[in-house]
Amino acid sequence: MYNGSQKINYSQEHLKFLKKVQRERLIIRICQISILIIFLLLWEWAANLRLIDPFITSQPSRILKTLALLYREGILFKHTMVTVIETVIGFLSGTLLGILIAIIFWWSDFIYRISEPYLVVLNSLPKIALGPILIVWIGNGQPAIIVMALVISIIVTILTILTGFMEVDEDKIKLLKTFGATKFQILTKVVLPSGIPSIISALKINIGLSWVGVIVGEFLVAREGLGYLIIYGGQVFKLDLVMTSIIILSIIAYLMYIAVLYIEKYIVKWN
Amino acid sequence: MDVMVELKQIGVIYHTLEGEIEAVKDVSFSVEKGEFISIIGPSGCGKSTILSLISGLIKPSRGTVNVNGKIGYMLQKDYLFEWRTIYKNVIIGLEVQHMINSETEKRILKLMENYGLIDFKDFYPRQLSGGMRQRAALIRTLAIDPDILLLDEPFSSLDYQTKLLISDEIWSIIKKEGKTAILVTHDIAEAISMSDKIIVLSKRPAVVKNIYKIELTCEERTPIKCRRAPEFREYFNSIWKELEVHV
Repeated sequence: MYNGSQKINYSQEHLKFLKKVQRERLIIRICQISILIIFLLLWEWAANLRLIDPFITSQPSRILKTLALLYREGILFKHTMVTVIETVIGFLSGTLLGILIAIIFWWSDFIYRISEPYLVVLNSLPKIALGPILIVWIGNGQPAIIVMALVISIIVTILTILTGFMEVDEDKIKLLKTFGATKFQILTKVVLPSGIPSIISALKINIGLSWVGVIVGEFLVAREGLGYLIIYGGQVFKLDLVMTSIIILSIIAYLMYIAVLYIEKYIVKWN
Repeated sequence: MDVMVELKQIGVIYHTLEGEIEAVKDVSFSVEKGEFISIIGPSGCGKSTILSLISGLIKPSRGTVNVNGKIGYMLQKDYLFEWRTIYKNVIIGLEVQHMINSETEKRILKLMENYGLIDFKDFYPRQLSGGMRQRAALIRTLAIDPDILLLDEPFSSLDYQTKLLISDEIWSIIKKEGKTAILVTHDIAEAISMSDKIIVLSKRPAVVKNIYKIELTCEERTPIKCRRAPEFREYFNSIWKELEVHV
């Protein structure tokens, strides 16, 4: 094993093996990128030859032009930031609140058992249906969008994290009890640290769900943000605008997911 | 001699929705200071229940438990927390009991040095071998400076050779630190080689079948060397019979 500081002299066979693994990785990366490029070229070419109608399907060059236009008008940054901020706030509040409620349920089995049927119903309810109610209650603005993101993600967060808490090895808890640990010490010294993997998988689910919540919220509120650009573009038949917004959206969503992976690597360093 | 642990006519009943299970029927024994005793019996006979009683994790349904000193408990597996370094694992008992200060820290480093773990202080548990992990678990138990050590089959997860070596080592550590120890096991040879006294329990609900005082003639009283004592086989045979009858 290569351990950073120490270098080991490998046999020829091992070097060959390493090279093979590296080459496979490279080939996979090349294929991934080629598929994207071929797809974009085909799209552009088919639209230029009018095999498909660029008015409906848009095309890469038009998307780039739209991007430049949005940038010049100063709209690009504004709408993107609005959406990102809403998502981050929704994501963080959903996660933190979810962890908090999961802790309460872990702490009191009594409360959990009372709440269980309600959780089951809320979990199966399509939360998007609550959108119009949220707008009436909270008002037609950003708070409603953020609450939408929170409502969509929180139940799954609670259930995922609680399952993680429940799976903690009973004997690890027994070990702390033999030292006379209080319930709070058991929570902070065993349950939370060993629940970190489940918290992280909840983060990964949440990030996607928060995006769903925010975009649906922006569809309904329809004032600003990428969701607004998409719904507006659809209504006035500017498919270039719709496509551009979707592409920006997918890039940012991907970056946020990468950020979560990075956090995971940083926290779970004992592995 | 001071009596460190005394159980008088203990009975324990477990309650489940399916009914009640009498785990322990009538168990009485006492352990004196510095003694190493083993509790042996068929599996599921309530051996671990007795350790839980002594440590106060559960209360008996009948009878009384007197404990005269601080308890240290060693479980079947090491249960080191994989997110903590070895040092951080070893001090967890002190942490829970708010006993971390420069004096206890020094003592722990001394223990780690004496028992060959000092160089692995900042390693994570997964980087250590099974035997070393078990040693770390023992130091974690010794860290709170207990008077009585409860050992719940602490060697059962190790392979045979490691088990012999580690039990020898842990036995020496316990003797050197002058601790009283109660070992729960189903390994007859292990019990004979390590103990001053063996308590044989019946199958569930447990009663005390017999108490053996172990006297082995060997030059050096360590578990591995004493396996060659002439009396070893006799003890083994009579305990074996005692257990077999009740399986």
